[in-house]
Amino acid sequence: MQDDPNGAPRTVPIQSATFSNPVNAEIRRAAATGIYDIRGGGAKRKVPHFDDLLFLGASISRYPLEGYREKCETSVTLGTRFAKTPIQLDIPVTIAGMSFGALSGPAKEALGRGATLAGTSTTTGDGGMTEEERGHSDKLVYQYLPSRYGMNPDDLRRCDAIEIVVGQGAKPGGGGMLLGQKISDRVAEMRNLPKGIDQRSACRHPDWTGPDDLEIKILELREITGWEKPIYIKIGGARPYFDTTLAIKAGADVVVLDGMQGGTAATQDVFIEHVGQPILACIREAVRALQDLDMHREVQLIVSGGIRHGADVAKAMALGADAVAIGTAALIALGDNDPRWEAEYNKLGTTAGAYDDWHEGRDPAGITTQDPDLMARLDPVEGGRRLNNYLKVMTLEAQTIARACGKNHLHNLEPEDLCALTMEAAAMAKIPLAGTDWYPGKPGSGY
Amino acid sequence: MQTFDLEAEGLRALNASLHAQAADTNQTVWEIVNPKGSHAIAVGLDAPIEVNVKGSTGYYCAGMNKQATVHVHGSAGPGVAENMMSGMVVIDGDASQYAGATGHGGTLVIKGNASSRCGISMKGIDIIVHGNIGHMSAFMAQSGNLVVCGDAGDALGDSLYEARLFVRGSVKSLGADCIEKEMRPEHLEILADLLARGGCDAKPEEFRRYGSARKLYTFNIDNAY
Repeated sequence: MQDDPNGAPRTVPIQSATFSNPVNAEIRRAAATGIYDIRGGGAKRKVPHFDDLLFLGASISRYPLEGYREKCETSVTLGTRFAKTPIQLDIPVTIAGMSFGALSGPAKEALGRGATLAGTSTTTGDGGMTEEERGHSDKLVYQYLPSRYGMNPDDLRRCDAIEIVVGQGAKPGGGGMLLGQKISDRVAEMRNLPKGIDQRSACRHPDWTGPDDLEIKILELREITGWEKPIYIKIGGARPYFDTTLAIKAGADVVVLDGMQGGTAATQDVFIEHVGQPILACIREAVRALQDLDMHREVQLIVSGGIRHGADVAKAMALGADAVAIGTAALIALGDNDPRWEAEYNKLGTTAGAYDDWHEGRDPAGITTQDPDLMARLDPVEGGRRLNNYLKVMTLEAQTIARACGKNHLHNLEPEDLCALTMEAAAMAKIPLAGTDWYPGKPGSGY
Repeated sequence: MQTFDLEAEGLRALNASLHAQAADTNQTVWEIVNPKGSHAIAVGLDAPIEVNVKGSTGYYCAGMNKQATVHVHGSAGPGVAENMMSGMVVIDGDASQYAGATGHGGTLVIKGNASSRCGISMKGIDIIVHGNIGHMSAFMAQSGNLVVCGDAGDALGDSLYEARLFVRGSVKSLGADCIEKEMRPEHLEILADLLARGGCDAKPEEFRRYGSARKLYTFNIDNAY
């Protein structure tokens, strides 16, 4: 920066924090096109998260377990409240619902293979159940969605659990969209829609409204399936205390709670970034609802939205979850956003790690696409192997932390094993701020 | 004929008994007495049997039906024959909300009136209503046929896909992207068959046909509200 002609120093250029370059670019894009941005994935903004919590580890009053030799159990049973046949999983990390349509057939197969190798479950999505995922998934959760695309009683009976989807963390209150580029012949047939249209999925269920109806809907599903299947209710991170309470009241065996970092195949960016709460703010409220109804551990809680590694798993479980679910992380394990495709990401105007136009169906990694040439890039056997490896590492990491806290089962992790690094995290997770015995809102603290 | 007293024996025993019927069962006719508005009566059936419900039902009677014929000798609560795959369901009286919702196949006949959201998100089912239907019927209806011998309420066929709607009486208003369409000979033929299956004495020529303008098929901001 040059001084002015009189030799006086000039003010250096200052970028606005409010009108930042990305914000201004979006304003220009909106002005040029007249349409909001649609993308896949979850919230990209920084929000209070598990990174803002730490484990305390062992001390004089808490003795640890040997890192390798002493047993630290990881199994979990889901659906013990009413179902005749609860789901038994070897690890508490499940694969979240993702649709065939949003994902390719080989990607769904890879998820099933990896989950089965790791001893956990995978989940269908909007669009029905495919043979790829049923055939390769030892434990398959069948989503019951507002659209009811592909819904039928035969698949209800051959699944291992039913998940009634009320909401999703990325877009609580929003329905799905699958744009025409991905409505192939097969996708169109499964959803009973014309090929190539931009498909909308309903945002609310067509034949029930409110918790009293939901209770009767659950009765119907149990009667159709002979009371065999665990019934999950999936909610977005909107009002976790009340939604969990109502899900329990309606008869859920399992509550699935998805925070705003959880991904979607496609929706408006403004929805993803501005509706719903971070998962960190939701877990303790859901657990409070379970405890208030004396249902904690009898109705299991699965949490999702930004789970990346074993520390996140351990933290979620310490806050009271029985298991977690991963979606975005599982896709990354398969190869999504891998730098090996950087040149192709560049051609799409993006870069590895930032690619989120999953709805356009041009995924270089061959995962979020229905293009036969791109799909062929993902080997489902190799994908399954990679996912299994990743799930194993997450589990080993969570066990490492649990042993350090003196726990012989991941379920024995508890809030008192944690401290919070920030006031926000302390308030949201109801965990004492590091170095104190206090968190905002702590009963009796006066604040 | 098998007679089942629902009040005495309970819902689980009823549905378990009906589910146990194989395709070649000789217990082909069932009569359910004392339904008293119970929910989830005769759901998930999958055999060519005939079930007569002697009274009115609560929610989701004959839900997800396959093959069976379920005849309600009374009125039906919300979601009757929801997600039906095949077979036939007949309601002698009126039907509450969401009748035939998301049905993939089969035939639903309502001899009285149907409330709001009749045929919502239907995916191949044929629904024949002798009386009137309420608002938001055939919302997001994907395929199949909805025949209304009386009048239709507000917002008929909103966000419709490829389902065909036939209404003999008035339509209070059409939903987004639903328009009146020409009744061609092939439609009269389809309608004649539907009316015969539904036991209606109305004539196809008395009906108007409604369908999708297909303007919402491609995502376009000009279609947003």
